[in-house]
Amino acid sequence: MTGARASLSRIWAVFMKELVQMRRDRLTFGMMFGIPIVQLILFGFAINTDPRNLPTAVHLEEQTPIVRTILSGLEVSGYYDIVMETPDPRETADLLARGEVAFVVSIPAGFTERLIRGDRPQILIEADASDPAAASNAIARAEAIISSALRLDLRGPLENLAARRQPFEVVVHAKYNPEGITQYNIVPGLLGVILTMTLVMITGMAMTREVERGTMENLLAMPARPLEVMAGKIAPYVLIGGIQTVVILTAARFLFDVPFVGALWMLLLGVAVFVLANLALGFTFSTIAQSQMQAMQLTFFFFLPSLLLSGFMFPFRGMPGWAQAIGETLPLTHFLRIVRGVMLKGADFTQLLTSLLAMSTFTLVVIGIVMARYRRTLD
Amino acid sequence: MTADLAIDVRGLVKRFGDKTAVDGVDIQMPRGAVWGFLGPNGSGKTTTIRMICGLLKPTEGEGSCLGYDIAREAGRIKKQTGYMTQRFSFWSDMTIRENLEFVARLYQLDPVGRIVDATLESLGLTQRQRQLAGALSGGWKQRLALAAVTMHNPKLLLLDEPTAGVDPQARRDFWDEIHRLSTEGMTVLVSTHYMDEAERCDRIVYLANGKKVVEGRVPAIIERSNLVTFKGEGEGVRQLAGRLKGKPGVEHVAYFGSALHVSGTDRDKIEQSVLAARSDDVEWREVRASLEDAFIALMAGAGADTRVHA
Repeated sequence: MTGARASLSRIWAVFMKELVQMRRDRLTFGMMFGIPIVQLILFGFAINTDPRNLPTAVHLEEQTPIVRTILSGLEVSGYYDIVMETPDPRETADLLARGEVAFVVSIPAGFTERLIRGDRPQILIEADASDPAAASNAIARAEAIISSALRLDLRGPLENLAARRQPFEVVVHAKYNPEGITQYNIVPGLLGVILTMTLVMITGMAMTREVERGTMENLLAMPARPLEVMAGKIAPYVLIGGIQTVVILTAARFLFDVPFVGALWMLLLGVAVFVLANLALGFTFSTIAQSQMQAMQLTFFFFLPSLLLSGFMFPFRGMPGWAQAIGETLPLTHFLRIVRGVMLKGADFTQLLTSLLAMSTFTLVVIGIVMARYRRTLD
Repeated sequence: MTADLAIDVRGLVKRFGDKTAVDGVDIQMPRGAVWGFLGPNGSGKTTTIRMICGLLKPTEGEGSCLGYDIAREAGRIKKQTGYMTQRFSFWSDMTIRENLEFVARLYQLDPVGRIVDATLESLGLTQRQRQLAGALSGGWKQRLALAAVTMHNPKLLLLDEPTAGVDPQARRDFWDEIHRLSTEGMTVLVSTHYMDEAERCDRIVYLANGKKVVEGRVPAIIERSNLVTFKGEGEGVRQLAGRLKGKPGVEHVAYFGSALHVSGTDRDKIEQSVLAARSDDVEWREVRASLEDAFIALMAGAGADTRVHA
């Protein structure tokens, strides 16, 4: 029995020691309690797999009470949020490619007249299907939404129309990924996810390792400027990021048959800016973290929202406004727009400019922080 | 700011939060000298060295190192200074050669290959150049570190307890190397806890609680301490230490090997106290106070601020 008691007291001793050390490691301690709460609230409210209020443009070639009924029916359904009316049918493709709207609803001239005649006129819904999950519910319900809206108008002399099978026809053009193949959306997105994960973590640990092993003092005592150390440390990982990109793009092409309709140079430009953004961030983490362990934790702290709020896992438009605002600050969000824009939509340069600028801004801000934080001295 | 001073700092103060690590240190060290930096752990030696080579910004005070301002021209100082850290701070996951090559490139030495070859040759590590630096023994690590920080022929060498944890033979070799570098014109400031090393320095600076307590040549410091020391040897000496402590005139009692040193500044009183504690199996005689006696006295006095200026 004394053996068991002695053993228990030793376990107790180790247990107490762990608690003491845990308390000393403030960052870890904070993360253990803060992060679950923050993430629970953040993701619990933000993630929505049935996105509503998707921005929609309409192209109307006639204005009649029936058309207005259809539009208000779409609005009332909660799925479609009509944000603009475009008079030029050629502009609709551009709006979709740019990602400004998720749908363009077109109602042709003579629609009302043909409806009354019983000709089953067509309503065209063009959808950005690059993320199949985001658009599918709205598309699937379109017909039901419109017909229930029209039921109120089709009375009196038009009642016979309502009684028949659908008096109109909804034609859906699911653009960029007509078959709704998930891989088309996921595989290009994974490029961004993998780059984020590896690059932020590796650079985050690169500087912390010097501190942890005591080699930092030596490095600081030698004549190397902060910017030089940073550039030298980051450069090898730029190379690694490049190799990862080649590997993933090759796999996307030959393993998953993901189409690549845009220009390669545009994608590579996006990759370059994105890689820099991640490396700069990793470097910042390494100036905050006291140990490699903390650098790893910070990486995950950043990685999870990147995964969940960027539109990689869940539809970006399904999130409430505040969550979208957080998402807009993340480089991955913009990289996903670029990579999907180039590979699936064949977007042109001006369509990607906003995303490129957003990522560049992020990078510059982060580099500014890191330069201010990097210690030239041991203070 | 005289040109022939390698280090010229005045009133250096460094505070970390509310703790004062260095409290008003002045050092005027001529070029080409070998100076020892002594003092108990936590007395501010490392912090002072770091301020001199620009690794820490002084809270107060100013000065120059090799003619460059320590607060504003740290970059220039770093180029001409070799600083060997207290803890081995080279890359243990790189080989000996890779470490030296890295350092050579950072200092823009040219041609890297030949300089590293020569350094390895003089170190006697040519055969082991492909070994990881982490696999070296303590003594070899020190030699590698010294070679690495002197490869760019610095004008000033700052060594922070370079021989801690190194065996006596390696220590002696290390000091031979320091003297060789000094004859080549290098200025060397070395911190140490070893008295024999301190005695090999031209001059020593003794710090306690962040303040300079004494500075001077070794014999002068001993002389200035005005200590009278009696040395007791013999079988019964172990029992005597406790009895002598606190007796009139006995300022401190310390063992040196198997002998007991009893020191104080009042000859008559200490003589009487020693006589009173006499026994058959202990032989007493008066000896010249050693540097260590002087330091023990200094340390005991430092708390009461009995600063002696050189």
